Amino acid sequence: MYRYIIKRVLLVIPTLIGAAALVFVLMRLIPGDVCVVRLGSSGGTFDPKAIALCHAELGMDRPLVVQFIDFVWGIMRFDFGTSMWSGNPVTTEIWARLPISLEIAILATVIAIAIAIPLGAVSAVKQNTWIDLVVRLFAVGGTATPSFWLGLVSLLIVLNVTSAVFGTPWMPPIEYVPIWQDPIHNLSMALLPAVTVGYRYAAVSMRMTRSAMLEVMQEDYIRTARAKGLINKLIINRHALKNALLPVVTLIGIEFAFLIGGLVVTEQVFNLNGVGRLFVQAVQNQDYTLTQALVMLTVIIFVISNLLVDLLYAWLDPRIRYA
Amino acid sequence: MVSTTAHTIVAEELAPLPRSRLRRWLAFLIHEPLGALGIVLVLAMATTGTFAELIAPYSPTANDFGAMMEAPSWSHLLGTDQFGRDLLSRIVYGARTAMIVGLSSALVGGTCGLVLGVGSAYFGGRTDLVMQRIFDILMAFPLIIMALAVVAIFGTGVHNVIVAITIPLVPRCARVVRASALAIREIPYVDAARALGFGHLRIILFHMVPNVMAPFLIMVTAFVGQAILAEASLSYLGLGVQEPVPAWGLMLQGGAEEFATSAPWIAIFPGVAIVLSVLGINLFGDALRDTLDPKLRKR
Amino acid sequence: MAHNRDGRCLSLGLMLMLGAVLMFGANAALAGAPKRGGILTYMIPADGGPSLDGHRETTFAVLHATAPFYSVLIRVNPDNPSSTTDFQCDLCTEMPQPTDNGLTYRFKIRKGVKFHDGSPLTAQDVAASWNKIVHPQPGVASARESNFVMVDSITAPDDETVVFKLKFATLTFVPALADPCAYIYSKKKLDQDMHWYEKNIMGSGPFKLTEYQVGQSIKGERNPDYYHPGQPYLDGFVAIFAPKQSVRTDAIRADRAALEFRSLPPSARDQLVRELHDKITVQESDWNCGNVVTPNHQKKPFDDVRVRQALFLAIDQWKGAQALSKIAIIKTVGGIVFPGSPLAATKEELQKLIGYGPDIEAARAEARRLLREAGQEHLEFELLNRNVDQPYKIVGTWLVDEWSKVGLKVSQKVVPTGPWLDAMRSGDFTVALEANCQNVVNPIADVGRWLPHDVQRENYGFFSDPEMVEIHDRMLRETDVDKARILMRKFETRINQQAHQLMVTYWYRIVPMRSYVKGWKISPSHYLNQDLANIWLDK
Repeated sequence: MYRYIIKRVLLVIPTLIGAAALVFVLMRLIPGDVCVVRLGSSGGTFDPKAIALCHAELGMDRPLVVQFIDFVWGIMRFDFGTSMWSGNPVTTEIWARLPISLEIAILATVIAIAIAIPLGAVSAVKQNTWIDLVVRLFAVGGTATPSFWLGLVSLLIVLNVTSAVFGTPWMPPIEYVPIWQDPIHNLSMALLPAVTVGYRYAAVSMRMTRSAMLEVMQEDYIRTARAKGLINKLIINRHALKNALLPVVTLIGIEFAFLIGGLVVTEQVFNLNGVGRLFVQAVQNQDYTLTQALVMLTVIIFVISNLLVDLLYAWLDPRIRYA
Repeated sequence: MVSTTAHTIVAEELAPLPRSRLRRWLAFLIHEPLGALGIVLVLAMATTGTFAELIAPYSPTANDFGAMMEAPSWSHLLGTDQFGRDLLSRIVYGARTAMIVGLSSALVGGTCGLVLGVGSAYFGGRTDLVMQRIFDILMAFPLIIMALAVVAIFGTGVHNVIVAITIPLVPRCARVVRASALAIREIPYVDAARALGFGHLRIILFHMVPNVMAPFLIMVTAFVGQAILAEASLSYLGLGVQEPVPAWGLMLQGGAEEFATSAPWIAIFPGVAIVLSVLGINLFGDALRDTLDPKLRKR
Repeated sequence: MAHNRDGRCLSLGLMLMLGAVLMFGANAALAGAPKRGGILTYMIPADGGPSLDGHRETTFAVLHATAPFYSVLIRVNPDNPSSTTDFQCDLCTEMPQPTDNGLTYRFKIRKGVKFHDGSPLTAQDVAASWNKIVHPQPGVASARESNFVMVDSITAPDDETVVFKLKFATLTFVPALADPCAYIYSKKKLDQDMHWYEKNIMGSGPFKLTEYQVGQSIKGERNPDYYHPGQPYLDGFVAIFAPKQSVRTDAIRADRAALEFRSLPPSARDQLVRELHDKITVQESDWNCGNVVTPNHQKKPFDDVRVRQALFLAIDQWKGAQALSKIAIIKTVGGIVFPGSPLAATKEELQKLIGYGPDIEAARAEARRLLREAGQEHLEFELLNRNVDQPYKIVGTWLVDEWSKVGLKVSQKVVPTGPWLDAMRSGDFTVALEANCQNVVNPIADVGRWLPHDVQRENYGFFSDPEMVEIHDRMLRETDVDKARILMRKFETRINQQAHQLMVTYWYRIVPMRSYVKGWKISPSHYLNQDLANIWLDK
């Protein structure tokens, strides 16, 4: 067991280094650089001296190998450097935007779980009835709808409905206020994006819950419980659901990591000052340090959640646990 | 003489088939209404895309400044966009772009994933370890960076969008295929085949690949839908197909949002097209999995 | 949302409503005495800018966020900002007349001006700030250095006088001096650290900084020691960064913010007017920005002047501008000089130029003839364009269509800003659609952009033309407006005959705002008139 854990943890390291190398190379393959964007995007004239100066300031005139070693060494010390665009430390830039992204991610997860597990279970129990059909259609719809389109349409609906009913249109606030300062303002900003993102999340989880439940309900011990004369409801809640939840929980864990990627588009639609939007900005500004840091962050989250899932399964699987 | 006999035998064997096949299809329709709906939607999309020239009333790229942003009417069934282009025609031609992008990405991505996944499982050891790490890196990597890099280096356009979307699909397919292939590798006949002196390629192609076909096909079907959605997201961010190519994702970008309140049809109809197509593909994929799965499950 | 099948009825009604709103808006802006109080919430249509130093950065995002905190030496008259000649003092006491044959300008600085930290502002601070812009120390970046090649020295002989000595007399100096980004910084802070202002804000302007949330918003409150009597009227302001245009329109509609100061597209204006009637006022103006078609003279066949001329002849600017003005922020057809300013070409003069002719069929026939003569009737090429909708991609799509009418097959290569700039700078393109944006209307300096590559590095046509350089040099040193105009016509004709580059329509600023916002007047540039001192709220 311990050998497995150690081996598994050690395998994380080449993944991280590989990801670091990939993002480093990809960013530098893109023509242009942050200095050009910074000075030239307004359409006016700019001094070529200013660009050379900018390059020197940002250390972009050093050899690539030096830059890469600097980058990797920085990560190992948890020093992600300073943003090439604004000059602020990367941690400051990310920290300022983390609250709203986290809030939406958590809200989306809560909404997703609240919808997915009960509906998925009901759909499994009532398999092949019209309830099952409707729930399945709802779930498949969730995986088929582009989340930004859903966001766009929902904003449109909210604006037009409030305009028709109240005379003046209402839209969520565009300025972020932390939840402890003004919960209503904060929640009205986060709710619509959370629902938009959560729908897809719920859809995927719903399908997984349903199929896991179906599988579990075919198991012998469920048949035995039925034969013993236990009430169906009890069987479902106490035996089936609990056992079905394991793959569902792991899926939710993995999907959470993908959620961060989905936020990129959603934050554009709702004009939220979150990490996803920062990502897009950083890439468009060709801000190497910020982009690299954000990519490494995403990769680390992904890798760690995968690691935890693998370890969890290893622990649960007696063949590995007692090896 | 021989041919007539063979013909008779074959004819006898063939005769009962048509009726039972029809019965099988009917049974499928009744038991899997969602799957049937999926097939209908997929066929609709395929027909529209293939026969776009016959179905579309106007050219999808002809600007008409005299008819900008017109509401749906008899002359323009779904209205016009900000350049005066007929929306229905653009959606019809968009089906073709979606099919091209979806199918290409799915097939290329799936095939690469199949080869790499099976190869990785077959060769095992250090090759497997290295491949696994590469898959991990590619899967953890955000699609937008990959897409932006591809676009910035090679430019936008359908081909580059396909490249950008295919890359993340490869490791996902490889992972799943590898899991199935690993199970087969343990079976003695692979070792027996090696003992008989069969080459690596032959064993992979003729023994292992056929046995991972089921999960592979299911993945590829799922990929088509995911590719269409990915193209929509990339176009929304401005990194996908470019004007004036008709593509659903592109139609949702820029103009659609800007005119969302004054000309909502520009934003609504392409979105509906995407939802219906991907819905159809996903439902079809689900039905496919339900049909193929029992053969896999060892009961 | 009632949509009439008969488009004419709809647009007529809309135009009448728009006219009424504009008239009402114009009157309302003038009527009534300014009321004190209130917080103005506006949006900045960009993600946060890089640093906070106006001298260093060129993007308007920095200006819209920081201009309320600073003073400048001279500026465009805030009550008449669309004038190209009406310059006023901000920190000085009166506009000086040049002495020494136009080589020396002495400015007297106001007394009693204080920085927000209480320290006094003197001519030393003005001189130090201007030296940072014109003669930056090594290691300090100044984006506008090249606008001031005519400045020899800037000194402050005493605490109330700043003296600018020029190398040669020119009409371009005073407008250049009115650059809205030329903030006056504290000499003490600059001496401590030349880079201090990149991360910090401390000026003498109408507002003091209260809060800056990175990428989110910036807030200011009234500066009680402001030297213009009675101003600012506002108690404070909140500026929110909002890069998405649909969000900005919705925010104005729902009164989450009062306006944005750059420009919204015509569709947004129409929608807001239609829904809010008299609660919305719209101000519009031609913009000192335009798109430019630049063929790369180093790539065949664009080294052939006939091919370039054909390219320009194919475009119907008059009809195109009219049609596109409904969906894009463009309107006026103009030459290389800002339309309506003293040195600009009249319509008759313009129509004599290639690409501006009144008869498009004849022009296109001529284009086809030229292409045939050059052996390029079936020419196919790629147009390099920037990944921004308004108006780059719209103009690009329109151009592709126009060129198809003379048999040219053009595809668009749309890339993000970085690669777009890079491709142009390295000459890695065939024909590019770029932009020419200036702030204060300073025609002779502005047209410097059109000078050949060996003189002006940012000209991506990669051609050389000594005759052009010579004409411009004479213009730069010409102090008589009428003579300058004649030279300008020669300059423009030369560019046009050689078909080096073509200006395709000037942009158009459309600023709808909530009607309670009063006092602000629109100008040809979104960089001008942004210190908010003269804005008041009629609530």
